[in-house]
Amino acid sequence: MKVLVPVKRVVDYTVRVRPRSDGSGVDIANLKMSMNPFDEIAMEEAVRLREAGVATEVVAVSIGPAAAQDTLRTALAFGADRALLLETEESLAPVVISRALAAVVGEESPDLVLMGKQAIDDDCNQTAQMLAARVGWGQGTFACRLEMGDGEVIVTREVDGGTRTVALGLPAVVSTDLRLNEPRYLKLPNIMKAKKKPLDRRPLDSLGVDTRSGIRMVSVAEPPARKPGVRVADVGELLDKLKNEAQVI
Amino acid sequence: MTVLVVAEHDHRHLADVTRRTVSAALALGDAVDVLVAGQDCQAVGEAAAALEGVSRVLLCDDPTYAHQLAEPLAELVISLASDYSAVLAAATTQGKDFMPRVAARLDVAQVSDITGIEGPTTFERPIYAGNVMARVICEDPIRVITVRPTAFDPVGEGGSASIETVPAAQDPGLSRFVEESLTESERPELGAARVVVSGGRGVGSAEGFQLLESLADELNAAIGASRAAVDAGFVPNDYQVGQTGKVVAPELYIAVGISGAIQHWAGMKDSKVVVAINRDEEAPMVQMADYALVGDLFEVLPALRDGLRALKS
Ligand SMILES: Cc1cc2nc3c(=O)[nH]c(=O)nc-3n(C[C@H](O)[C@H](O)[C@H](O)COP(=O)(O)OP(=O)(O)OC[C@H]3O[C@@H](n4cnc5c(N)ncnc54)[C@H](O)[C@@H]3O)c2cc1C
Repeated sequence: MKVLVPVKRVVDYTVRVRPRSDGSGVDIANLKMSMNPFDEIAMEEAVRLREAGVATEVVAVSIGPAAAQDTLRTALAFGADRALLLETEESLAPVVISRALAAVVGEESPDLVLMGKQAIDDDCNQTAQMLAARVGWGQGTFACRLEMGDGEVIVTREVDGGTRTVALGLPAVVSTDLRLNEPRYLKLPNIMKAKKKPLDRRPLDSLGVDTRSGIRMVSVAEPPARKPGVRVADVGELLDKLKNEAQVI
Repeated sequence: MTVLVVAEHDHRHLADVTRRTVSAALALGDAVDVLVAGQDCQAVGEAAAALEGVSRVLLCDDPTYAHQLAEPLAELVISLASDYSAVLAAATTQGKDFMPRVAARLDVAQVSDITGIEGPTTFERPIYAGNVMARVICEDPIRVITVRPTAFDPVGEGGSASIETVPAAQDPGLSRFVEESLTESERPELGAARVVVSGGRGVGSAEGFQLLESLADELNAAIGASRAAVDAGFVPNDYQVGQTGKVVAPELYIAVGISGAIQHWAGMKDSKVVVAINRDEEAPMVQMADYALVGDLFEVLPALRDGLRALKS
C-alpha cells in the first residue's frame, strides 16, 4: 500500500503573528517556520503504517517555496521514503492546492492520502475534503483513530457531539486531528539519513493545473482589543464584580 | 440573489447554529432557502419553515442522509447549488466536513468560518488562530461559505415558508457509517451556553472536573476544556475549546487551571467576560482575563460555589 502525505510549511505554532501596520498582509519573512502540526500527525501515522508493514511506501509532497525543502526533509526524517516539492512563490488557496494534489494523486496513484485537517496559518480546513471530492474518493475527516480493514480504512472522527466512526473503501483521504497520535521526536541519525533520501523538485507549472481562484485576501487587521482586566483579591470580590460591575451572574 | 442554507439537525430538532447561519444568509441575500436532508426529519423542516426570513424549505427525507455522511450530503447540495448565488452552512464539524466537497466539485473557493459580511462578495474571517482578521473577496459565481455561529445572532420565529420535497441525489457509496459515541449531558450545549466553565491541565484529573461540575450546576453552565485536559483524558474530546476545537462566545467564561495558550484563546476570546482562576500570576490567561483570581483552584472553586449559593438565597 502506498501512502501520500501532503505537508505545508507554516509559521511555527509558538509564534504570535501580527498584521503589518499598513494592513497589507502578515510579515512572516523572519519568523520561525515549521511543518504544520497536523501534518506532523499525518506523517507520524503514515510512518507507523509503514513500520507495521501495512504501507510499503510513504511519499511526502509539498506545494510551496524553495524553503519548503526543509519541511520535506523533516518528513523524510520522520520516515518518508521520498519527497516531492512543487515549487511556487505564490500563496495559493485550498481550491488551487487541491487541484494540484489531485494531479499528484494522478501521477502517484496512492491507496491512501493522509493529511492534516487544517493549516494553522489560514485555518481553512478544506484541502483534504476538496481533494477527496476532486478524485471521487471517500473521506474521513478529523481522525482520532485509524484502522486498516479488508480493502477499507476505518476512521473514528472527532465531531461536535463526540466521535463517529466511518468505513471508507480504498483509495481514500483521511484528515488528522490532534489525538490520532503523538509525533515522534526526531533523532539525529534520522535527520542525517533524511539528507540522502530522494527529494524531487519541480515547478508547480509542470503539473499543468490552473492556479487561478476566485478568492483573494485584500487586507488584514488586528482583532478588536479587549479592555485591560483587573486582579481580584478573593472570591468575595470576584462575586461582587461579576454581579454588580459585569452583571453576568 | 437567493442563498441556500444547509440545515444542521439530529433529524428531530433544528440546531441553534442553523438559526445563526440563516441570519448570516439574510445579511447576504434577499431570499433564503433552507435545505433539510435527513431521515424522518419532517419536524426539522417545519422548524426551519418557521424561521424568520426563510422563503422556502427544501426537504429531502431519505435514508441516504440518516448519518449525514459528507459524500452523499455534498452530492445533494451540488445537485441544487446552480439555483443559488451562495451556499452557507455552519462552521461546525459537520459543515467543515461536507462543504469543501461542494466547493471543489463546483471548482470554486470556500470562504471558511466567516465572522462578518461587508457585502455580497466581501467577508471577514480570522486567520492565525484569530491573531489576525482577514478581509477576503470571493468573486466565484457561487460562494460556498461556512459561518462561525457565535459571530451571528440567531433569527427569531414567525416565518411561514413553504415546504417542498426534493429527491435524494445518487449516493456515491464511498463511505459507510459504523458507529457513533455521543456525549450525553443534561447541560446546555457548549456552543450556545450563556456561561461556560472550562478546565485545563491544572484541574489534574477527571475527579477534579467534579469541582467544575458543581460550580457549573450553580450557573447553569456548560463545561469546556483545554486541549491538555482532553489529551489527558479528564473529559471527552468534544469539550475542547480553541483554534481547532469549539469556538464559544458566552456572556461569562471561567477558565480554571488553563494557562491561556493562543490556541485556546482563539476559541473563547469573544466571550463577554473572561474570568481566570490560576495559581500562576504570570499565566497569559491571568494577564488577559477581565477578572483574574490568583490562587489554588482546589480552594477557590468550592468557595466560589458556596458564594454563588449564598447569593441566590
Ligand atoms: C496545532 C495545535 C492546535 C491546538 N489547538 C488547541 C485548542 O483547540 N484548544 C486548546 O486548548 N489548546 C490547543 N492547543 C494546545 C495549546 O497550545 C496548549 O498546549 C494548551 O491549551 C494548554 O492547556 P492548559 O492551559 O490546560 O495546560 P498548561 O499550559 O499546562 O496550563 C495549566 C495551567 O494550570 C495552572 N494550574 C496548575 N495547577 C493549578 C492549581 N492547583 N490551581 C490553579 N491553577 C493551577 C498552571 O499555573 C497553568 O497556568 C493546540 C496546540 C497545537 C500545536
